[in-house]
Amino acid sequence: MSEPSSTDKKVIPIAVAAPEAAPPESPTGAMIRTLGLVSAICGLIIVGAYQGTYDAVAANKRIATERAVFKVLPKAKSIAEFLAQPGGGILKVGAGETAIPAGSVKFFAAYDESGKLAGIAAEGVGKGYADNVRIMFGYQPDCQCVVGIGVVSMRETPGIGDKIITDKEFLANFTALDVKLKADLSALANEVKAVKRGSKTNAWQIDAIAGATITSRAVGKAINDSAQALLPRLVPKLDTLATKS
Amino acid sequence: MNTAHYKTWDEFTEGIWRQNPVFVMVLGMCPVLAVSVSAVNALSMGLATLFVLVCSCGLVSLLRRMVPKEVRIAVYIVIIATFVTAVDYAIQAISLALYDALGAFIQLIVVNCIILGRAEAHASKNPPLPAMLNAAGMGIGFAIGLFALGAVREVLGAGTLFGITLFGAGFQPWVIMVLPPGGFFVLGAWLLFFSWLERRKLRRAAPPMEAGQHV
Repeated sequence: MSEPSSTDKKVIPIAVAAPEAAPPESPTGAMIRTLGLVSAICGLIIVGAYQGTYDAVAANKRIATERAVFKVLPKAKSIAEFLAQPGGGILKVGAGETAIPAGSVKFFAAYDESGKLAGIAAEGVGKGYADNVRIMFGYQPDCQCVVGIGVVSMRETPGIGDKIITDKEFLANFTALDVKLKADLSALANEVKAVKRGSKTNAWQIDAIAGATITSRAVGKAINDSAQALLPRLVPKLDTLATKS
Repeated sequence: MNTAHYKTWDEFTEGIWRQNPVFVMVLGMCPVLAVSVSAVNALSMGLATLFVLVCSCGLVSLLRRMVPKEVRIAVYIVIIATFVTAVDYAIQAISLALYDALGAFIQLIVVNCIILGRAEAHASKNPPLPAMLNAAGMGIGFAIGLFALGAVREVLGAGTLFGITLFGAGFQPWVIMVLPPGGFFVLGAWLLFFSWLERRKLRRAAPPMEAGQHV
């Protein structure tokens, strides 16, 4: 209830130009001051949180990558990150650099305790049932084959598509999956592909999981695309990676 | 003194039981249904929300006298977003696997209606201590609700609790429970259970009340 105005009678028609003061309104200055102050406090809190967690977050990311590589290459003890450039060069990536130049392929060289090359690990992406399936696979130069896979991220149906990380028969495909290059090293000799369960006849084929064909194919495609892009550049330079630099 | 103490306690327990955000007010259903696929995810999400709720209600309450009403919602959102960002960094620092599992729902705590609702309805009108207590109660209530869903869904859908296998090898997981429909089934079952409890309480309380209140 507002107060009844008793001055109605005295109102002069011409004085309309100066309207009566509206219900108490906060001055603009106060609003700006408050918003400024609140933003300053919040900015300080965010900077504090960022600084306080920066090292832990970076360490976590490094550990997550290392763990993914060690899983596909069990003999590995340390890793180094490299880029395979379009022209065929191999570039070492320093700590803290995260941007990947267009056309380059990132991979990890894994070394054993004595500093000898234990294998190469790289990521691949394939379109799965729900979303992209990102996998990490280990490559063994001696046999020119894929020796293990791990999943980096996926949103496949629990209990169906996500069997690609638990199904032993499926994982047995990746003990020696053939990814040999052609004699002139220009491309893979055979396309890596998932085939219907039980119809695997060649070392470059993957026996799909029954009921999870799309996810199995995504894994095949991820390995194929990534190997196709990386190996022709990597294989000629392998000796430069033979020992830990 | 005694009544004041009682009131503070009441402020705290309100969100846990009488006004439980999940089972009574049915608020914030988006994260509730989405992240309650396992007990760990549900509990972490509940704790993250609890932290944001308590901190932002404390700050909102501290600033309550100097925030002009025209810009109050903007101020609340900035404060809430700040603490959500802090939680976001903290979860990344604790576990990347957990961070990936919770996905975008951590950032979406900003628009969780429970938090803005508490800031507007309670924290902006009360001193810091009661405001934070009330927020803590609400947050704990939310975490309990999430956990109740997450635990049931994980046990039925995966046969595990906190990742520990509960049944023998013969257990066939009821996969639909960890898929989106399962969230609705389990939430519906919990709501049924609580409304049954409420009715039973009313039925039991009814006869003596009628006898006593005859005019």
